[in-house]
Amino acid sequence: MPEAPPPDIRYVAKNMRLDLRLIAEMIPAGARVLDIGCGDGTLIEHLTREKGADARGIEIDMALATRAVAAGLAVIHGDADTDLAFYPDGAFDYVVLSRTLQAVERPREVLRQMLRIGRHAIVSFPNFGHWQVRWRLLVGGRMPETETWDRPWYETPNIHPCTIRDFFALCRLDGYVVERWLAADERGLKAPWTRSVWLANLFGEQALFLLRQARPGEAPGPG
Amino acid sequence: MDQAVAPFPVVDHQRVVFADGLALDCGAVVKPLAVAYRTYGRLNAARSNAVLVCHALTGDQYVAERHPVTGRPGWWENVVGPGRPIDTERFFVVCANVLGGCMGSTGPREEMTDSEGRGLGRPWGTDFPSVTIRDMVRAQKRLVDHLGIARLLCVVGGSMGGMQVLEWAAEYPEAVFAAAPIATAAHHSAQNIAFHEVGRAAIHADPDWNGGRYWETGRVPARGLSVARMVAHITYLSEQALTRKFGRRLRGASALTFLEDVFEVESYLRHQGSTFVRRFDANSYLTITRAMDYFDLAAEHGGDLANAFRGTRTRFFVASFSSDWLFPTSESRALVRALNAAAANVSFVEIQTDKGHDAFLLDEPDFHRALGGFLRGAAERVGV
Repeated sequence: MPEAPPPDIRYVAKNMRLDLRLIAEMIPAGARVLDIGCGDGTLIEHLTREKGADARGIEIDMALATRAVAAGLAVIHGDADTDLAFYPDGAFDYVVLSRTLQAVERPREVLRQMLRIGRHAIVSFPNFGHWQVRWRLLVGGRMPETETWDRPWYETPNIHPCTIRDFFALCRLDGYVVERWLAADERGLKAPWTRSVWLANLFGEQALFLLRQARPGEAPGPG
Repeated sequence: MDQAVAPFPVVDHQRVVFADGLALDCGAVVKPLAVAYRTYGRLNAARSNAVLVCHALTGDQYVAERHPVTGRPGWWENVVGPGRPIDTERFFVVCANVLGGCMGSTGPREEMTDSEGRGLGRPWGTDFPSVTIRDMVRAQKRLVDHLGIARLLCVVGGSMGGMQVLEWAAEYPEAVFAAAPIATAAHHSAQNIAFHEVGRAAIHADPDWNGGRYWETGRVPARGLSVARMVAHITYLSEQALTRKFGRRLRGASALTFLEDVFEVESYLRHQGSTFVRRFDANSYLTITRAMDYFDLAAEHGGDLANAFRGTRTRFFVASFSSDWLFPTSESRALVRALNAAAANVSFVEIQTDKGHDAFLLDEPDFHRALGGFLRGAAERVGV
């Protein structure tokens, strides 16, 4: 007879992507959360069950949205590019966009909406500044295909790739304070590059940012 | 269909009568108020497991059992029953015949009463006052109170049933823990009204209409009511569904003879029409289609649909069907956006199907999974 798994295994969210765990760690108990591009609702379920959060989601893929709803989660079929505008100001404590920013039509507008409807935004995206990406373009002269950027240019959904430094620049431009940030490898393990944006931009495969709106008179950028 | 149609069989519907009656939106009072209803499953000790099902235009309270008039299975047996998405082993399911209906609730077919509630010895007929979706919901609220249920776990319904669900959530938010408006809209569109008007015109044009006092002649306006049903039935199906079921096939012939050819789709519609008149009252049809046409939830709340749900704690499940052109997904999406604007807790899916508006009544596994999951999630929250 196989040994029963230890009781805490259930929660460690065996099936939850590691980057979602990093995001979950940033969100305090009882928060109101909107997860944009929530997939089958793994993060929402985790936040609801483990943190008593009021967590909701938007998912563009109908099959995934249906699966999330069938699991009893408050998920709507919708599109980050068009549906955020309908939420009132400050409706959420945290608005999450994981691995989706590079795939939306208007990333700048989506970020603006996130920080309008939420007090904080948590954004993760694959870093186009990673050395392998640079190397392949430099040496091969072709659009880079890596573990992270795994679709050819003509069918990739990732129409707005950016680097970690690009993202910092946008935050400065639009007046967002970076409360926390970190770079991670493909599996979402924290990487020790956070002391240097330059190193993180070279070696981090994924980036994760916690943002808020700058207060009047406050300088944007790293908080 | 020239024959006089026999009057309905007399059936004793289970019902509760409220002697004080009901004040309607139009200003009239119907007194007494009778609400015919059916229940399935058992109410738990905490009275927290009640699910109210709201039926559509031509539905009734016989949700999950053999219909006493038609002898056919209940209209939502694939959704309501033991082990079904609305599981009667877990939930106490209630469905009431709508105010204005013809299966035992107060309506045009029932005996007319005066302001003291005394019977006048003739049906209401066209003298039955105009009712609204909100009036229907108020009548249901009386029933729910009568059953001793302070808060419904869920109110669920499709089409006109969905309109009632929305009205419930707007009117009695504290009495509705979860709401599932399906294949519906927050108002009846011009196109919806137009189709209804064709149906009403057909009834009015029937020689047996007799100004609505057809009980005097013993003949019902069966041809008109049948045509109304045929037109409406077309709107319940999609073009793909009609093509898949009938195409251009002929009845009893493989090629056109130009004599008495009947396309299969024609004979199907005629059958729909002729069976309908044996169970439905023409004056009820007029009353209820009007109630749907009047429905505009945003207008009831200062022109902003979000106002209808401001501050609500009800959890919503909105579902639409991709080939439904009578209550298209765009209407459901507008509803979801209004709910988002009101910061409501909402789930929304559009089910991919070619079955049109009728899909909410049919075997749609994705829909059933989503509805069942939503309901289980709500039940978990209240500890049912």
